[in-house]
Amino acid sequence: MEVFTSYHNIISPLGFTTKENYSSVLADKLCVKTCRYGKLNEQFCLSIIPDEQLNVASRQIKDALLYSKLEKLSILSIQDVLDRSRLSFSDPKTLLIYSTTKGNIDLLDNSIKQNIPKERAYLFSMANTIANYFKAVNRPLVISNACISGLIAIVTAQRLIKAGQYENILVCGGDLVTEFTVSGFKSFNALSQNPCKPFDSRRDGINLGEAVATLLITKNKNKLERSAMQIVNGASANDANHISGPSRTGDGLFQSITQTLKNNKIKIDTISAHGTATPYNDEMESVAFERAGLINIPVNSLKGYYGHTLGAAGVLETVLTLEAASENQLIKSAGFSEMGVSGKIEMITEHKKANINTILKTVSGFGGCNAAALFVK
Amino acid sequence: MPKQDIPSYFFADAYKHFEMNYPKFHKMDNLSKLGLIATDAAIKGNDFLQRNKPEATAVVMVNKASSLDTDRIHQQSINDKNNYLPSPATFVYTLPNIVIGEIAIKHKLTGENLFLVCNEFDAQLLIDQAQITFSQETRAAICGWVDYDNGNADALIYLVEIADDSIKNTNFIPLNATTLNQLYK
Repeated sequence: MEVFTSYHNIISPLGFTTKENYSSVLADKLCVKTCRYGKLNEQFCLSIIPDEQLNVASRQIKDALLYSKLEKLSILSIQDVLDRSRLSFSDPKTLLIYSTTKGNIDLLDNSIKQNIPKERAYLFSMANTIANYFKAVNRPLVISNACISGLIAIVTAQRLIKAGQYENILVCGGDLVTEFTVSGFKSFNALSQNPCKPFDSRRDGINLGEAVATLLITKNKNKLERSAMQIVNGASANDANHISGPSRTGDGLFQSITQTLKNNKIKIDTISAHGTATPYNDEMESVAFERAGLINIPVNSLKGYYGHTLGAAGVLETVLTLEAASENQLIKSAGFSEMGVSGKIEMITEHKKANINTILKTVSGFGGCNAAALFVK
Repeated sequence: MPKQDIPSYFFADAYKHFEMNYPKFHKMDNLSKLGLIATDAAIKGNDFLQRNKPEATAVVMVNKASSLDTDRIHQQSINDKNNYLPSPATFVYTLPNIVIGEIAIKHKLTGENLFLVCNEFDAQLLIDQAQITFSQETRAAICGWVDYDNGNADALIYLVEIADDSIKNTNFIPLNATTLNQLYK
């Protein structure tokens, strides 16, 4: 059985639709900006969706005041995909999978006044609230597996559809920028104060970003959008080495890639890497790519534009790459100028056209987890 | 499954009981300690790990509270701007899948991972999710409900494997204060 990607949406500081995001990226606009943030008013480089923009968009949401920031963003994103695909969650063959690392974690901060019940800090409660807005018949599936959540949500959707349980699955990934995450990553010295530089020799850390992205996965050939591609395979694997640093030899990512490409002797036209711009991640990824024989394949990281959007990343970066692939467009890896990793990889250094029939997406996360997925036109 | 308030010595006693001999244990958060103990209890005395290759063994975990127990500790450390002390040793555990990472490291399991959040224990959900990971490579899964919230610990581990082309499930006793006390007798 073939399973496909279809309609999608991205909400970020660059816009509330995939189209707006895509044209902004091609115009070299970045979401990440230097700003002061948090109780200590320190300088960070972050990507935050302005409240004014969200408030205007939220006029479309019935009883918008009942929902948190992340819930409103998610409702808007999912609504866009439902409208264009003409699907409904009242159909028992249509499911919502939600991918997030922290959900409504801002509810834990008592200094922020919100009229949202504290119970909604529970991820299932947030997901149920979103599903109930759409009168969903099926309880949503919630995946919370660090930064690989978004991609494994897509792979899980493909597997569930192949297993015959559902025909359509909307995968929605979302996370906010919060003092919770900013302070935590800062304690790891993982943050750059400037727009991040994936794979570059001067990279010095991540930028955190907030976003929501939604992607329809379906077996229905009459529900396919222009950018549709087949999800051929995907896999995850653990390094079994360290909980906060990747394996130096990229074991888990290497295994994810080789499993994904097993029985698929296919030429990879482009790789959308995880590329967080930490010294360790990018080095590890390049080693894993070289070990897997993926040399001379155009690679980018989209985190130079969006920052690291955690639970949204796997979905957002896949969606943008699918949209670009539908126009045979390679997207420049923003923030990169000088090679700073030892694995032999070919970075995309300018926006340019190319024949793109296949995409490999890779992700890695805290807890030693890694995943990869293969998309084919 | 009934939740039980667990006494503060629960983890130390379980650690000794299962002869874990694993110093890293003491730096972990409550959720990871619970997951490690429950997994050790499940695989002790059977050769599940020996029968299945590490890269072919998935770990699929579900809970209700995600990592909220540790999240609250991290939040506490950043509430007061005059006493602002976030710690990487705590922050790393503010992701529920770290329990999978700790299990993977201890038992050297390099297979698929999946962490789900659900409001109640649903055995079928766990088994369905494990089964869809079964593929060319994955032949076995350690599945668990591992929840720690407000002093309540709740854990149950299933071992699922493909044996002779059929799916075999083995489930183990739920682990909470009562059952652990029974083990002592």
